[in-house]
Amino acid sequence: MSLKNKSLKYYYSTIIVAAFGLLSVILSMTIGLEKSTIYLLEKIVIAVILAVSLNLVVGFLGELSLGHAGFMCVGAYLGGKFAVIISSSLGNSALTLILSMLVGGTVAALCGILIGLPALRLKGDYLAIVTLGFGEIVKSIFQNTSRESFGGALGLETPRYNKDELFIYAFAVLIITLLVVQNLMNSKHGRAITSIRDNEIAARATGINVTKYKLMAFIISSFFAGVAGVLYSFSNYNIQSSKFGYNYSIEILVMVVLGGIGSINGSIIAATLITFINTEFATILTGNLAVLQNLLYAIILIVIVIYGNSPALSAFREKYDIKKLFDKFKKRDPSIIKEDKANWNNIPTKIPMDELLSVDVSNNDQNLDFDETDKGGK
Amino acid sequence: MEIITTLINGLSIGGIYAMIALGYTMVYGIAKMLNFAHGDIIMVGGYTIYVFMNMTGHPLIAVAVAVVFCVLLGITIEKVAYKPLRGASPLAVLITAIGVSYLLQSLAQIVFGSAPKMVKIADMGVLKIGSLKIQNYTLLTLACSIVVMIALTLFVKFTKIGRAMLATSEDKAATQLMGIDVNNVITVTFAIGSALAALAGLFYLLKAPSISNTFGSMPGIKAFTAAVIGGIGSIPGAMLGGILLGIVECISYKIPAIAAYTDAIEFLILIVILLVKPTGILGKRRSEKV
Repeated sequence: MSLKNKSLKYYYSTIIVAAFGLLSVILSMTIGLEKSTIYLLEKIVIAVILAVSLNLVVGFLGELSLGHAGFMCVGAYLGGKFAVIISSSLGNSALTLILSMLVGGTVAALCGILIGLPALRLKGDYLAIVTLGFGEIVKSIFQNTSRESFGGALGLETPRYNKDELFIYAFAVLIITLLVVQNLMNSKHGRAITSIRDNEIAARATGINVTKYKLMAFIISSFFAGVAGVLYSFSNYNIQSSKFGYNYSIEILVMVVLGGIGSINGSIIAATLITFINTEFATILTGNLAVLQNLLYAIILIVIVIYGNSPALSAFREKYDIKKLFDKFKKRDPSIIKEDKANWNNIPTKIPMDELLSVDVSNNDQNLDFDETDKGGK
Repeated sequence: MEIITTLINGLSIGGIYAMIALGYTMVYGIAKMLNFAHGDIIMVGGYTIYVFMNMTGHPLIAVAVAVVFCVLLGITIEKVAYKPLRGASPLAVLITAIGVSYLLQSLAQIVFGSAPKMVKIADMGVLKIGSLKIQNYTLLTLACSIVVMIALTLFVKFTKIGRAMLATSEDKAATQLMGIDVNNVITVTFAIGSALAALAGLFYLLKAPSISNTFGSMPGIKAFTAAVIGGIGSIPGAMLGGILLGIVECISYKIPAIAAYTDAIEFLILIVILLVKPTGILGKRRSEKV
């Protein structure tokens, strides 16, 4: 993967997130941050990882997956259990965390293959129900386990990790996630994945291995969901399987839709916003008023999807298109195509055009007699 | 004896699933979309019965009001949320349907709270034949679902709008060319589906008189499984799938080893059917034109 031709603008959001992470680390080391702030940051990081990984399947591959919380659940339980097992020998160190994340992510990725295989044969509506079913099955499996294995109805106890260090590692994982997903989407694999979304039959006809790319999208998406689950299990000392249900999958979907389907920057912003609002409002609104935010998210979801996709509103959308407003604001004529920074003079090709073009074809003394065929053995 | 009781219970539950599955299958066949909010219309019907039972105490009035309210709700949802998206990508319609379902659940939670409510409709007693004991509401459910299925089959075959529904599910454009108002047809489809959902809510409440805001989501998903098993888009398929699923569920409950995993088993059946025969038992094979 060469970085020569990739302009830095692709990585703006990753750089901003990294800068923000660095800032919070510095703040926590110098003046010290409150426990609630650190918890909020951890929650935001987990939400962003979940939203970005779901966007990979929903936004870039175009398949609706309602079982994202199920992958997170698998990662959380298995990674957490693994951490409990090895923390007796390795203690509460960074190695425990990293190994648990790898284990949780890998198991979730295996589940991703399990979901990806039906996805190859199922159309959108059916796949949504299958993923929903998967989420519910996972939840009920972990709920019915015994107390010794996975905690059953009372939840799994996970090792207590040093709070101040955990969110540094969380930010590191977030940066890795963003780099992986953004690089994937800016490569030929990403283009193949979006081509499947746009027109699967045409993609197949062009020779794109649809199976491979669908599985790739599901595996990467579920891997990061599993890693987010492990982070969640380290961040909360007791994980309950009831938290990983349909409602949580919908919440992540709302983040993805609100941020814009297919936009990584959008999911980062939307996930941050929604997690922040959730946490802040949870202290203000209690009891039944807390349900008001669920209602709000449902209305936002419906309004955004109808406004964005309705054929009847396309004229309205044209009038109020944000990009066009931006162009008008900057007094830029949208018909003028901006000069691309690709150096058209320096593109290496194997065809020496100068030499070819210098051949003088008006010379008539070449023997161009085609009537005399070369009969073999003449 | 146990077998007969299980079978009758299975047929009765199957009847409820068949009624809900009919709503799913008709909407899918005619409007080509999966109405995720169908399960929550069951919940709304149940809550309406709860409110009107508390107000009047007459079960028949409560049921009648519930049916009317659900019909109006179904038509409103179709006009507000699904009609603007006709012709849009299926992903958008699916997300909107999920949004509507979530909206209904949150509204119910705001209005009624998240604690389950008791809805005592009527104590119908038990029928005893020899050593066989059958709950009367089971028989009522069974009888009603048979009546509904026969009525719907006759409706679709012999009335003008019923045949218009069949025609729209086969070829929407040609139906419009024949001068049939497809908007009307879709409205009637949603109306019938929602009415059946309200009835299904009633029968669920007869069986287990407690309602919460997630009352309809599990039955909705199970009924979708039934519709897929029978062949989505086909009305006899929904009936067959519902009955089969009901019998399987009751048998599974009777076996103590797997009783707790009944829901998971039904999802597994769904996944297996979708992988092995996605068109279902009675479904037609749809080929995709490029």
